[in-house]
Amino acid sequence: MRTVVGAHCDAGDFVVIEREGLEELSTVLRADGYKLVGPRVRDGAIVYDEITGAGDLPAGWTDEQDGGTYRLHKRNDDAFFGYAVGPHSWKKFLFPPVVRLLEATRRGSDFEVKRSNDTAPKLAFVGVRACELHAIATQDKVFMGGAFVDPIYAARRRNTFLVAVNCGHPAGTCFCVSMNTGPQATGGFDLALTEIIESLRHYFVVEIGSPAGARVMDQVEHSVVTEAEREAARGVVARAAGMMGRAMDTDGIKELLYRNYEHPRWDDVAGRCLTCANCTMVCPTCFCSTVEDVTDLQGEHAERWRKWDSCFTMNFSHVVGGSARHSAKSRYRQWMTHKLATWIDQFGTSGCVGCGRCITWCPVGIDITEEVRAIRESENAGATQREDMSHARS
Amino acid sequence: MVSLVENERALSPESDPMLPSRYQVRRVRRENADTFTMELAASDQSGSVLFAPGQFNMLYVFGVGEAPISICGKTRNGLEHTTRTVGTVTSSLGRLRRGDVVGVRGPYGSCWPLAEAAGRDVVLVAGGIGLAPLRSALQTIVAQRPLRHRVTLIYGVRTAEDMLYLQELERLRDRGLQLYVTVNRATGSWRGNVGVVTSLIPRVPFDPLNCVAMVCGPELMMRFSMEELIKRGVPEQRIFLSLERNMKCAVGFCGHCQFGPEFLCKDGPIFRCDRIRRWLNIAEL
Amino acid sequence: MQDLETIVVHHPFWQNLHQRYSHFLGECAGTQHFAPQQQIFQTGCEADHFYLIERGRVALETPFIPGKGVMIIQTLEAGEALGWSWLFPPFVWHFGARAIQPTDLVVLDARFLRQKASEDHEFGYELAMRVGNVMLQRLQATRLQLLDYGQPR
Repeated sequence: MRTVVGAHCDAGDFVVIEREGLEELSTVLRADGYKLVGPRVRDGAIVYDEITGAGDLPAGWTDEQDGGTYRLHKRNDDAFFGYAVGPHSWKKFLFPPVVRLLEATRRGSDFEVKRSNDTAPKLAFVGVRACELHAIATQDKVFMGGAFVDPIYAARRRNTFLVAVNCGHPAGTCFCVSMNTGPQATGGFDLALTEIIESLRHYFVVEIGSPAGARVMDQVEHSVVTEAEREAARGVVARAAGMMGRAMDTDGIKELLYRNYEHPRWDDVAGRCLTCANCTMVCPTCFCSTVEDVTDLQGEHAERWRKWDSCFTMNFSHVVGGSARHSAKSRYRQWMTHKLATWIDQFGTSGCVGCGRCITWCPVGIDITEEVRAIRESENAGATQREDMSHARS
Repeated sequence: MVSLVENERALSPESDPMLPSRYQVRRVRRENADTFTMELAASDQSGSVLFAPGQFNMLYVFGVGEAPISICGKTRNGLEHTTRTVGTVTSSLGRLRRGDVVGVRGPYGSCWPLAEAAGRDVVLVAGGIGLAPLRSALQTIVAQRPLRHRVTLIYGVRTAEDMLYLQELERLRDRGLQLYVTVNRATGSWRGNVGVVTSLIPRVPFDPLNCVAMVCGPELMMRFSMEELIKRGVPEQRIFLSLERNMKCAVGFCGHCQFGPEFLCKDGPIFRCDRIRRWLNIAEL
Repeated sequence: MQDLETIVVHHPFWQNLHQRYSHFLGECAGTQHFAPQQQIFQTGCEADHFYLIERGRVALETPFIPGKGVMIIQTLEAGEALGWSWLFPPFVWHFGARAIQPTDLVVLDARFLRQKASEDHEFGYELAMRVGNVMLQRLQATRLQLLDYGQPR
């Protein structure tokens, strides 16, 4: 009998839990004081929300995604994680869409001001995909990697336990392979599960990514992994890698876009873009925010709130006199060049993790991979033409 | 627990970069029809009076909001901010009186290259309210001026009535500042220059090969001034501009002040010309 | 005391001009001094001279505008050229010019210059390019001035 309960686990170990083990893992995490958040079906989509345990997961559901399209379907098995990412991302828990920053009270001509106590709940994220781990790491750099640290993000981040899932079901809009962010979770997690469904058995291979993960697994009934089980897990990821619905050639992409700030393609995409900001809201790395100041009716109590903002709004770039980015073209260009080019200069990585959400949730199906391809191919075509002409002359 | 990104600062409650300190308005001086200078002194120990010329503070008006305002000088008790009333926050700032309290976060941003300016001619080109971010640099440079180096200010304003710091500029001229003021509109009674600062750049005496140029004003004016300075022979590496964009946080979180790959709040607002010249030429960047 | 020819050809306007034209320029030049407030030329008058500023400051101004008075369009200083209406028909000044500081001008006879330019196209080219360059710089400055540097109100 391979099952060992209470055997000591270490970071770096691989163990196996059976289907029922997922509920046990949930129980252990809850007992540790964690509130669980994870995928569940709501309003016709798989969203991230509070869950009580494995029973709330979208078992037996899958999704179908394409540009501007998202549909749920029943699967013919009971897979807990047999779908890709939905409209939500984990950023809403770490970088809340609306949060109060300050409270101030008037005292005559003076006032008192204090920071709002943001409760940083102990959250366990269940079902974090590799692309999403990269997105979290990307936002870590934004909010904690510079000279200033956002205390709200940092406190929430510190209280987070990450249960990753190696992706077995990429969507039609996925391109994590191109972005080098998946489908295998390679780090930045406490535990990483690979869900394996065989005809007679449904189990998870668990990679332990941190001492905290090891302490949790110590309390969950598990067995030592066999080579066959590890091979099966590797197979899941390898198959997923072959199922990418999209691809993006990232070779020299920063330079490509820097060379093409003036390109007819921006006018083309602006003709389709509604500047609705959906792409920025669903993007797991987009971090822009605005602040709003409010007072009570007497003007005695004031508050300052931070809210998600989007570079697609006209007000976003407001300077004295008007918007610095007036046209839809300039706003789409800002978003895409930021994501794929200027981000690299700012933070040393791409701002895109290849999750495909911006493609799926764009109401007109604008496809970032297609936009890059169009610009790249126009350059290649130009180069070929120039070559042809030089041949013709010689 | 997963290890977080390094360089995490101590997260004591007082390290919240979004929490302002309280400063008291000590004095308000009107500069012209829509511009005033406020002297602010820290109400408690938490407020800093250290800054480098060119940096800015976020000033918070109770219940109204915050605006980035450059620090234009230092007094015995506090800091001076010259502000033009153009929006909700600056208008509210303009209604504050001696004894009122504002919130202050800062100082933030890059500063003028004073060390590089030492031992060279210095040319400051200012347009309108753009003189405010240059003011403390100007004071320092004139005070430290070795006799053999020229300090020149080319200052363009819409009309003579819009000029800032008139008496102070005259005092600095007595201490060796080469002062060139030019106005955009004038009636026959005006004896000075009429025209734009760019017309003066080719005329005024300074050594283009051994100078540092600092430019601050409306973006269009800075762009043309930069080109004139380059035409005159000043190397791009010695021309500095102070840019302006929308700003909500001043610490690199809110994303509003992006200018190509630069965040104005933390990489700027002052940039060396060669670093941003290509971005200046892109419309609606 | 420098002779007139030297003064003329050393003005930045004629920088790098072939020396074979020096004598001609000396022949058609004179100098004139203007006291502050003294009118140099007036709107609507015949543009029969081309001026090069040697010293002082000159204001280009509009005719009197009711409610506004005389508006100064631009000021010019030593080293700059004053006026181009003398080169183009109908040879009439569009704006006026007035000295606002004690001002010394080199005054060139416009008829001689036009005559020479039509006979000697090489000289004509030199002249047209130099005047064109002055116009270009004034136009660019005027555009920026018109926009108030793009500064929002």
